[in-house]
Amino acid sequence: MSTTSTLRPRAETAEPPPKRIGFGGRLSRWDLKLSPYLYISPFFILFFVTGLFPLVYTGWVAVHDWDLIMGQGEFVGAKNFTDVLGGRDFWKALGNTFSIFVLSSVPQVIAAITIAALLDANLRAKTFWRMGVLLPYVVAPVAVSLIFSNLFADKYGLINSLIGLVGIDPIAWHGERLPSHIAIATMVNFRWTGYNALIFLAAMQAIPRDLYEQASIDGAGKIRQFFSVTVPMLRPTIIFIVITSTIGGLQIFDEARLYDQFGRGGADGQWQTLTILLYEQGWTQSNFGRASATAVLLFLIIVVIGVINYLIIRLISTPEVKR
Amino acid sequence: MRHRGAALPDHRRHRRDQLPHHPTDLHPGGEAMNRPGKLVYGLLAAVILGGLFPLWWSFLIASHDSSILSRDPFPLIPGGNFISNAATVIDTVDFWQATLNSIIVSTVVSVSVVFFATLAGYAFAKLRFRGRGPLLVFVIATMAVPTQLGVVPLYQVMAKLGWTGELQAVIVPGLVTAFGVFWMTQYLSSAVPDELIEAARVDGCSMIRTFWHVGLVAARPAASMLGLFTFVATWTNFFWPFIVLRSSNPTLPVALQQLQAAHWVDYSLVLAGALLATIPLLILFVVAGRQLVSGIMQGAVKQ
Repeated sequence: MSTTSTLRPRAETAEPPPKRIGFGGRLSRWDLKLSPYLYISPFFILFFVTGLFPLVYTGWVAVHDWDLIMGQGEFVGAKNFTDVLGGRDFWKALGNTFSIFVLSSVPQVIAAITIAALLDANLRAKTFWRMGVLLPYVVAPVAVSLIFSNLFADKYGLINSLIGLVGIDPIAWHGERLPSHIAIATMVNFRWTGYNALIFLAAMQAIPRDLYEQASIDGAGKIRQFFSVTVPMLRPTIIFIVITSTIGGLQIFDEARLYDQFGRGGADGQWQTLTILLYEQGWTQSNFGRASATAVLLFLIIVVIGVINYLIIRLISTPEVKR
Repeated sequence: MRHRGAALPDHRRHRRDQLPHHPTDLHPGGEAMNRPGKLVYGLLAAVILGGLFPLWWSFLIASHDSSILSRDPFPLIPGGNFISNAATVIDTVDFWQATLNSIIVSTVVSVSVVFFATLAGYAFAKLRFRGRGPLLVFVIATMAVPTQLGVVPLYQVMAKLGWTGELQAVIVPGLVTAFGVFWMTQYLSSAVPDELIEAARVDGCSMIRTFWHVGLVAARPAASMLGLFTFVATWTNFFWPFIVLRSSNPTLPVALQQLQAAHWVDYSLVLAGALLATIPLLILFVVAGRQLVSGIMQGAVKQ
């Protein structure tokens, strides 16, 4: 505040000095002190009410008998958890979720890096190509699953007609477990590959170009440069994408929900994911206690995987720091 | 460290390349400056066609009636039924209501996320206050927490408030995002010089006026990107609206789900609906796709 008075002596003298400094100064000090908290408070208040509180309260619901309509019943301790873990649905849904997740994330990362490498070439009309690969990202997952459910239809589906041309028997995309996972993973890949390719592209462009020059002086061809320079330099980005797609992948709902018209993850739960199970328990069976137990378990799984991811990052990134 | 923003090296390379008689042009073997061959363009074109194909395929089916699926050979030109199929869709589910709802929800949520995220991001990036560090860490930590898993109590909250079936049940939980706060913090900490804020303060600007005239103005590029992303994410969101809204007052994805349940054999109708729901975002993409692209690239470098 002392700078104010030295910079603007004339303004100070123009008005009665004591009153102005007293009131205005105090106001300004409060303004300075309180404003930051005021600015961040909308986020924290709304986040606590709509994000954190429900998340924590889920734990409370999970240890009670709790009906969608009737509300809170008696305390049942771990019963909901033992019910969920003792049932076959949970394990099946867990297996489905992981299977779909692996089938989507692995090919997706590989495809995205490849597309990014293509985009990283010195293209004409760069923006056009970048926009082109991003296009599927704006198609809503619900629309994507309607479209792919048709492409992968068991009868009259395009995919089955195409593989029929090369003499493969029609595949029961909606009947069998693994094929349905492949179809659902394809939807996820359709929507996210281009998006991730652009993230990889950004990381690629931050790689110092002289590394490539050096490599090419050492006689490395394009392919060799890609594997010896690009991929190692992209490691942090790869980890970032794996983490974000893990969090998203473990909660997959939309694509699987609309893969058929009943929305329950297949007649025998072939593609029922954990989030579909959670929905079924809560809103179809109106058993909020059990749905919450599933949510808590899913949360724990995500945390465990997050910790594993974190450890892997530390393990991998340590040599990077020394460089 | 020289290459901070993604745009910079890219832009530079581009410029250097535009020079008419750059020496490397004379050496086709010179590695760095070469235009890629036809193969690269061909592969990229294949990727884009692969992304367009499902939409085109849906349009083929949506523009015939569903007997098209069993027809042999399969007609590869669009039929004339798209309009009538679309009309049926619009009648079956309350399509205009759903579109209006989607527009309201996505617009309100985007504007709110942008405003509150800019406000909080400005405080975190440019103001000094006690607890700033830990609070920012808290924001970042919450980005890794899937708040979707609190759906059961959140639904109860909405039921208590009497909001189930109402749009505010979808809007209110979306009003702020940790990602938004983080994004704006990152952007504003480098986009606004401290001297500018100081100068405004010295001139007697109140805190909020300083924010309004300095912070908000400087935030514009990042804010428009955040707004775009939030809009797309809110428009395409299904899980929570599906749980909390009623079929009489849906957003577009929820309406599509009803369409599928009502017309599951009639793929022409179902796919016509899927395309109808996609058109608004396709338009947005054509208008703002460039920003969306650069937004992803910037966010990626900054994380």
